[in-house]
Amino acid sequence: MAAIELNGVVKRFGPITAVDGLDLDVPEGICLGLLGPNGAGKSTTMRLLTGQAIANSGELRVLGHELPGESKSARAEMGVVPQLDNLDVDVTVEDNLAVYARLYRVKDVGAAVDRCLDLARLRDRRKDAVDELSGGMRRRLLLARGLVHEPKLVLLDEPTVGLDPQIRTELWTLIGELKSRGTTILMSTHYIEEAERLADDIAVVAKGKVISRGRPADLIAEHAGRETAEVYAPPQRLAELRERAEASGLRVRPAGPAIAIVGSERAEDGIVPDDAVIRAATLEDVFVLLTGEEAE
Amino acid sequence: MSAETQATPREMRRLEPAAIAGVMSREVANFRTYWKGTTFSSLLEPLVYLLAFGLGLGATLVDEVEGVPYIQFVGTGMVATAVIFSSALPAMFGTFVKHRFQNTYEAILAAPVDVEELVTAEMLWIALRSGIYGCFPLLVTFAFGLDPAWGMLLVPFFCFVTALGFAGFGVAMAATVAKIDQFNYVTALCITPLFLVAGTFFPISGLPEGVQLVAQVNPLHQLVELVRGGAFGYELVDLARFAFLVAVALVTWRIAISRMSKRLID
Repeated sequence: MAAIELNGVVKRFGPITAVDGLDLDVPEGICLGLLGPNGAGKSTTMRLLTGQAIANSGELRVLGHELPGESKSARAEMGVVPQLDNLDVDVTVEDNLAVYARLYRVKDVGAAVDRCLDLARLRDRRKDAVDELSGGMRRRLLLARGLVHEPKLVLLDEPTVGLDPQIRTELWTLIGELKSRGTTILMSTHYIEEAERLADDIAVVAKGKVISRGRPADLIAEHAGRETAEVYAPPQRLAELRERAEASGLRVRPAGPAIAIVGSERAEDGIVPDDAVIRAATLEDVFVLLTGEEAE
Repeated sequence: MSAETQATPREMRRLEPAAIAGVMSREVANFRTYWKGTTFSSLLEPLVYLLAFGLGLGATLVDEVEGVPYIQFVGTGMVATAVIFSSALPAMFGTFVKHRFQNTYEAILAAPVDVEELVTAEMLWIALRSGIYGCFPLLVTFAFGLDPAWGMLLVPFFCFVTALGFAGFGVAMAATVAKIDQFNYVTALCITPLFLVAGTFFPISGLPEGVQLVAQVNPLHQLVELVRGGAFGYELVDLARFAFLVAVALVTWRIAISRMSKRLID
């Protein structure tokens, strides 16, 4: 049984269609990365799954529960780690956890709090108010709060957005531990590296629908080939090179001050200049080619 | 995984006590961080009003009203003032801040809690607090010669029911306004007039007939009369007054749930 099944889900906000016929299934025990640019419909999808948005049409099933009718039962079995820090800042670390243990009807609140304090490595800060914690500690606490009832399924909505690299790495370690325990994870992100490191499977979303899906290596092989040639040159020369590469059937994307000729191993002689930097194709190449957006 | 720390999969019902208790436990945890300031101001405010109106006005212009020493007339009326200010205002501002600025409701609604339970818990918590704070003016008035009476034991309950109504009103307003400064309109157009025509500082019998009619549908006025009934003797009409307060609480409860559902669920 899939942990999440979405079929033809549409969600409109007035004239804007945020989710446009989304089909998505998340098998049990995997981490699926929902990778897409801002405005792709990732957060709306998360809200649909937590019953905070109601689809205009389509079918949604979470852990065997039909949404929105059985949303409350589904929410009892899943954990949510939001994009924004919404901890109670004046309240102690342990009280923040205890409140959510009660909301999730956990029988032994004290044991659940202790387990989460260990998970977040905050046992010695349990009596401190949240606003006395560092940014990294707060994010670990936020993650632990979403796991206070040991959910079967966890929704991570942009779990490391806006964080500095050190805190991001800390969280990736925690999410990695969660994965290793077999918890099903649906993680929305617009960070390529995050998706590449954590996700078993990636669904690239744009304009409210999945435009490609697969394991990172398969997506790269399918859409970007084996190699990418990056060419640094004055704008006029880049424009000429781009035109020639595209005329020969290759795909080209901007890459900061350079252009990236994707699948350059298939290029005919003379298309890729000798001064090009040849590197392995990446998920970033796939993301930019598919969505037309610059990667972060 | 431990069965004791896992959520128990089961069929969920409406208005689950566990969900309501969970939301209220969050309020209690927060209240523990700010109760001193709130309690201090709840005690000081009626004292200041009683000194200003009861002693100031009572000593110079008004000796007694309807056979009651003016300071005791004001002291019993101040219960309603304490109730509206400890229920409607926290419901308006607290709800708005938790929804718009702190994203608290987004986190709570991601748990197995629905809007009906969330609103019910918020209203109950505010009403419980207000039921206690509402009694402070009465306690202060004891120091100014008001004799304790058995009927006063019902006052916390009257305050609780009235506060439920105002909490529902406040939550509904918080779900309706677009910006926090729009609460100025609510305060100026609703709260201040209700406060002034409650019969706290002067009997409403001296007001024009039209205003007296408005006062009759003012829950604060009904509370003032019930509190004075507790202090100086109940009448049969007080049953109708209490029924009216219960009806107001029920109506504002449903309106608050409806407004918050529209605000929180897209």
